[in-house]
Amino acid sequence: MSKEKLDLLQGTLDLMVLRTLATMGPLHGYGLARRIEQVSGDQVLLNQGTIYASLVRLQQRGLIAARWGTSDGGRRAKFYSITRRGAKRLAEEAENWQRLSAVIDRVLALPEGGPTR
Amino acid sequence: MIEFIREGLERFRSFFKKRELDRDFESEVSSHLEMAVEENLKRGMSAEEARREALISFGGVEQAKERHRDARGLPFLDSVQQDLRHTVRSLKRDRGFAIVAVLILGVGIGANTAVFSVVNTLLLRPLPLENPQQLVWIAPPPTKCGFSCETYSADAFEEFQAQNLSFQDVAGYFAFSTEDNFRLMGRGEPVPATGIYVTRTFFQVLGVKPSLGRLFAPEDARKGSRPVALLANAYWKRQFDADPKIVGKAIDLNGQPVTVVGVLPPSFDFGAVFSPGEKVDLCAPMILDDAREWGNILTMIGRLKPGVSLPQAQADVNLVMPQLYFNTKRPNSKGYYKATLTPLKTYVTGRLRGPLMMLWGAVGAILLIVCVNLSNLLLARAATRSKEFALRSALGAGRLRLVRQLLTESLVLSGAGAVVGLGLAAAITSFVAHQGAIALPLLANVRVDGTALGWTLLVAVAVAVLFGVVPGLKVSAGNLHDSLKDAGPGMSEGKKHERVRAALVVSEVALACVLLVGAGLLLRSFLRVLDVDLGFQPARSAAIKVDYDDGGSRAKGTVIFREILNRIEAIPGVETAGMVDFLPLGRNRSWGPLRVKGKDYREGEAPNPLVYVVTPGFFRAMGIRLLAGRDFSWDDAAKNQGVIVINEAAARALWPDGNAVGKIADGGHRDLLVIGVVSDVRETSVEGSPGWQVYYSATQASPEGAELVVRTKLPPQTLAPAVLRTLRELNPKQPAAAFEPIQQIVDHAVSPRRFFMLLVLSFGLFGLILASLGIYGVISYSVTRRRQEIGIRMALGASPSNVQLMVIRATLRLALAGICLGVLASLAVARFIASLLFGIAPADPLTFAATLIVLGSVALAAGYLPARRAAKVQPMSALRAN
Repeated sequence: MSKEKLDLLQGTLDLMVLRTLATMGPLHGYGLARRIEQVSGDQVLLNQGTIYASLVRLQQRGLIAARWGTSDGGRRAKFYSITRRGAKRLAEEAENWQRLSAVIDRVLALPEGGPTR
Repeated sequence: MIEFIREGLERFRSFFKKRELDRDFESEVSSHLEMAVEENLKRGMSAEEARREALISFGGVEQAKERHRDARGLPFLDSVQQDLRHTVRSLKRDRGFAIVAVLILGVGIGANTAVFSVVNTLLLRPLPLENPQQLVWIAPPPTKCGFSCETYSADAFEEFQAQNLSFQDVAGYFAFSTEDNFRLMGRGEPVPATGIYVTRTFFQVLGVKPSLGRLFAPEDARKGSRPVALLANAYWKRQFDADPKIVGKAIDLNGQPVTVVGVLPPSFDFGAVFSPGEKVDLCAPMILDDAREWGNILTMIGRLKPGVSLPQAQADVNLVMPQLYFNTKRPNSKGYYKATLTPLKTYVTGRLRGPLMMLWGAVGAILLIVCVNLSNLLLARAATRSKEFALRSALGAGRLRLVRQLLTESLVLSGAGAVVGLGLAAAITSFVAHQGAIALPLLANVRVDGTALGWTLLVAVAVAVLFGVVPGLKVSAGNLHDSLKDAGPGMSEGKKHERVRAALVVSEVALACVLLVGAGLLLRSFLRVLDVDLGFQPARSAAIKVDYDDGGSRAKGTVIFREILNRIEAIPGVETAGMVDFLPLGRNRSWGPLRVKGKDYREGEAPNPLVYVVTPGFFRAMGIRLLAGRDFSWDDAAKNQGVIVINEAAARALWPDGNAVGKIADGGHRDLLVIGVVSDVRETSVEGSPGWQVYYSATQASPEGAELVVRTKLPPQTLAPAVLRTLRELNPKQPAAAFEPIQQIVDHAVSPRRFFMLLVLSFGLFGLILASLGIYGVISYSVTRRRQEIGIRMALGASPSNVQLMVIRATLRLALAGICLGVLASLAVARFIASLLFGIAPADPLTFAATLIVLGSVALAAGYLPARRAAKVQPMSALRAN
């Protein structure tokens, strides 16, 4: 399983988007998608198109903002940036995620074998 | 939390800005792809490869768009909208089907809403009074002697009011008021008005608040007090142009100034609650001190104290009633009273429960037929659309989605039907509400209200699910492969299909059969009621209420009556005329027992006869047959021997040897000579059996008012002006009372039966039409489908008449199956409505036979058209066509 690309858990893409925007500042959809691919070392199975559903959802919740601008290449593109509410949410979600993954790690680290008395 | 609200709002907004957002997203996607291509080119790919690679990493533009839409909008509503749009388009394409379906549904739903409105008003909704559940009708158990045995004397009323422990207060009204018993003067011609005397606290007990002025106060009901009245709202509007300053003004009633103290609210209509089908214009306080010697005159209504149950109150009443005096001045008049308590609502509408439930059932059956019919129509449509559905499911539509599409269609149809139905129901209810002549309580309050709207919605949805679900399952269960291969006519799929449709038609015919049998039984009962020997001849006679002033002298009254009758009989076209104080089928009274002189009776053996005071000639004018002896004569003077005429029932009971004439009866206070025996008159209802009746001569006894009954050679209405003119000449104060044909009184009495009968009959006919449509549809479809087969048969030598017979036989098979089922169901239903029938058995053979013939011939007609078409099939063209 580890050889194949990871399926994204529901909501994890949102978290990645928020984190990336918080780090990188305003980005357009393509840039964002490329950035996530690079960071994940191509381990994540991502149709670049999927990112837009996540973007519109985050935008509707007021966690990110969008406006049309011009890219480095002089092309018109829609740029997304994280809002203050988004930053707050990112902090909460990141902490949640870390706690959860720590728990999962501990559970998975239990030794194998039948129940002992 | 805020985020979710925000998201919801945004989604909602996006739903309406779909096109704009789609365009925005498209340009975003294209800029994305361009950037990707550019980068790929930089990496050294060929132009083609760069584009391909970009599209692959993007992963499906259309899917991304779809996902984007789902993420930002309301995907559920989107698909609903899609279904709706599709439905409207496909219905537009099939306009004939849509119109027929909506009309059928409209009539079905409309009938349901209308009947529900009636049931709701009469049965479900509480009476339009304050805390109506506390109100109780207090009356003796029913007897044969009419209103006099259903009422209480003034003394008994007051004593009961004082002694009972269960009621907050008790009120009543004078039970013997007749229609048009007042005349309003001082505004041109005298105008008749109907007034009811009520006890002082009547409206307080009912919880009716005046819309103007005040209710009656204690001083209004004192002996010798200034006369006052409360006006009914409708009367105030009609007669006094809704004069806002009416309170305090005096109006001239019967030549006496009466002060208007208030106007009753529009929500309270005395007639609607207590005397259905009659209008009451005003109420005046009953002055009990004047009425102590009048005998039993008052009805009683009590308002229970909070927390007192009906059985508790009944126990209390059982103790109090025997302690009451008929007349406190007569010590031996104690102990005659009893009372049974009935919730007022039950008293007013209780006896309508049966007919209304039947009506509700009938209209429910109509709805079922409508559903079945629609199912059938949709199935026929589904057959032609199976390819469309197969295609859609091949393109990836799930089964659920297809069913949902079909349900949307049926919802749209039933929604449109509900709109049509609401219009129809509004028309029906407003028509019914304005039928003042139907003697049903609260009818004027019938309207399509919020509850009825809710009911309609419920019915519409239920109907949509019912008729949509069968074709829905059928279609979605269809084999994709077969459908796409174009299952041609004559294939087995069609046959299975047809079996379902046949089953539907059979059930439709069965339901129609039940409705028709019900309608037939009610129609036959109604005809039986019309055939009842009323004991008088309503045709060509009419009555008018006569105003006269005899100053309390019987001698003077006799002179006046004689003069009136002489003058009236001189009018050309008048055959004969007479007077009576109470017309049949209206109010009545009794004066106590009538016995054979010198004989002792056990209690209850000799009922109190109803009493009528009549002039000579009345029997002939009314068409009451004189069976023995003679009519009264003007020579039966007050000073002579008191004479009476009794009806057959009394004569037979009192003198079983069959010779009553010439016998002496004990009339309580004096001896009375029986001079004649007349036919039994249906006094209280057309359907009940008549009790004892006794007639006194107006020359010897005081009548309570006078109804002039005129038997004519011409249609009564043509004589109305002449009769009124003559009465006016004799007495200028004679109000312009109605010259009412006696037939109208009879019609009024049978109006509830007519009402229910006509409704059920129209439902039955509608059911019949639907059932024949159903039969026609199925047979006609099967003929179309089997054209080829028919062609082959004919090519092999079947004659057109063979073919025609084959189709007709198929039709009759369907009809017969339906009729058999229907007859079985009808037998059960008929037993259920047995109490509503009159003069016929629930299993009335004539009704069943007639239904059989009607249904059979209608089915035959429905099958004949397709059969003829089948017979005209040209074998060659049929064989060539496929």
